[in-house]
Amino acid sequence: MNDVIDKNNQLENNNKQLFNICLRTTSLKNPGSIKTYQSIGGYEQIKRILKNKTDPQQLIDEIKISGLRGRGGAGFPTGIKWSFMPRDYNGTKYIVCNSDEGEPGTFKDRDIIRYNPHQLIEGMMIGAYIMNAQVGFNYIHGEIWEDYVSFEKAIEDARKAGFLGKNILDSGFDFELHAIHGYGAYICGEETALIESIEGKKGQPRHKPPFPATYGIYGKPTNVNNTETYASIPWIIEHGGQEFMNQGVPNSGGTKIFSVSGHVEKPGNYEIQLGMPFRQLLAEAGGVWKNKQLKAVIPGGPSTPVVPADIIMDATLDYDGLVQIGSSVGAGSMIIMDESTCMVQTLRRLSYFFYEESCGQCTPCREGTGWVYRIIDRIFKGQATLADLDLLTDVSTKISGRTICALGDAAAIPVLSFIKHFRNEFEEFIKKGKSTN
Amino acid sequence: MNLKLKKLIDKELKKYPSDKKQSAVIAALAIMQNDRGWLSKEDISEVALYLDMPEIAVLEVATFYNMFDLKSVGKYKLSICTNISCMLRDADHIVNHLKEKLQIDFNEVTKDGKFCLKESECMGACGGAPLLTVNNQKMHENLNIDKVDQLLKELK
Ligand SMILES: Cc1cc2nc3c(=O)[nH]c(=O)nc-3n(C[C@H](O)[C@H](O)[C@H](O)COP(=O)(O)O)c2cc1C
Ligand code: SF4
Ligand code: FES
Repeated sequence: MNDVIDKNNQLENNNKQLFNICLRTTSLKNPGSIKTYQSIGGYEQIKRILKNKTDPQQLIDEIKISGLRGRGGAGFPTGIKWSFMPRDYNGTKYIVCNSDEGEPGTFKDRDIIRYNPHQLIEGMMIGAYIMNAQVGFNYIHGEIWEDYVSFEKAIEDARKAGFLGKNILDSGFDFELHAIHGYGAYICGEETALIESIEGKKGQPRHKPPFPATYGIYGKPTNVNNTETYASIPWIIEHGGQEFMNQGVPNSGGTKIFSVSGHVEKPGNYEIQLGMPFRQLLAEAGGVWKNKQLKAVIPGGPSTPVVPADIIMDATLDYDGLVQIGSSVGAGSMIIMDESTCMVQTLRRLSYFFYEESCGQCTPCREGTGWVYRIIDRIFKGQATLADLDLLTDVSTKISGRTICALGDAAAIPVLSFIKHFRNEFEEFIKKGKSTN
Repeated sequence: MNLKLKKLIDKELKKYPSDKKQSAVIAALAIMQNDRGWLSKEDISEVALYLDMPEIAVLEVATFYNMFDLKSVGKYKLSICTNISCMLRDADHIVNHLKEKLQIDFNEVTKDGKFCLKESECMGACGGAPLLTVNNQKMHENLNIDKVDQLLKELK
């Protein structure tokens, strides 16, 4: 009973709801069609911009006011990022949409691609206009092949309607957009690996600097943004930056899609006004699967620290709210684990993932992820000693901060956070040689 | 490489500057693999020739990206995700059923050459867990034992 009152209080204080911006066509008939998108005012923003020849700086300012932060995981402010692109560069400039989501638990960009592709295309057009880029690519994760095919069709429809190509709507603005697909390499989600992949190479991240804005595809200035980031743009331009900001909370403007998976009644994508309490989202997703008790949550994908149930229950879902409880929004890939979950087994699977997907360029990541996996595997097989726990922590700490890209850091995060919060369970497992769950 | 395949690759090449044919290598390899089931040494050479690339550069790409197969995978390659969102939804149960029914382990092909089973990392579709793809292109979500049995029957 107390729980219910608490919950109601929270809802009143923090009146946040599900609110579809990036997914706003999903409930309509033929959600992915150009006709549907145009029926809700789609492509009107780019038309207006092209007609009025709106000053790009004015548009960047609007995006800065919106508080939009990169939705691919790092949360970098989009308006600032777009102002890094050299304006008066003589030659081709590229923009890339990063739809390579492959971090376990991430499946939001897929729904944008299949249910609201034209909003993404319009967002990329506006981006191209602002950054004066002539060519765009949408790099789509290889395994969602059918969605890649449907996005190719969306591009075709946009071209037929006169939104892509040369001299768009007689404005003098040229923009060509292509879909390309990966073929099963998680690391290609890292923006410089993605650029290498577009050049037809192995997806091995580049040293930064130089950053893509100065040296990207074929050495040309290139901007990379996540799918959800681009898809937010048309709404921001239509309603104004402040209105977007108002959907969320200070420092976390707007809405954000949380992909909720694992032990939950209704797995799926939930676009929320940032600042929504965790317990409210859990309720929206039908609660824990089969009425079991919640054990832990990975709020933003495996590269964000796991949080035990009692800590996350009262947290709010926004950039600061999740930092306060020692985690982060990441890509919004929320993985729910019930009381029956074995943390050793879960960490073992995650560690295998990072080991398997390390591109192998940096010794600490290549060797360290292998070590980590083998130690956890030893625990899992009942062959470890308690000293192995400290070894695990030690190896993981030594990967962090010593690598070319952030995969190394990402690999250490689950290890350190699982052991921090569930050390008892790991110790019991080691002592008994099997799961105590 | 027949004309049909060349046409498909040419369509991919149009996405890139004419002096950057290498950019189409992943697509070209995928097109070849789709046609042949898996990539032989000859296939790699053909792609290299067509895109003006050194063979070794094509081979590097073919080995780096997990969805390419450099060995026969039978008529139907079933790739099942066992990463955590799927694991939490009992993917292992489906895996065990498949292994038992097909009498193969991961990376093996059934005696009749029909099925191969692959363990896969996250496919970016975890809301539909557990799930698998057939020959990289057709995804089947929200699997249970009945659905899997039905699917095996349909794959003639
Ligand atoms: C290992 C690794 C994987 C990544 N995967 C993705 C991804 O799948 N999608 C994505 O948008 N960003 C991913 N990123 C982040 C990108 O490098 C980049 O920061 C992002 O695409 C920028 O877009 P944003 O500013 O709109 O978030 C990944 C980063 C790392 C280190
Ligand atoms: S940190 Fe790992 S994935 Fe990233 S570049 Fe180094 S070896 Fe490759
Ligand atoms: S974890 Fe299986 S599809 Fe993502």
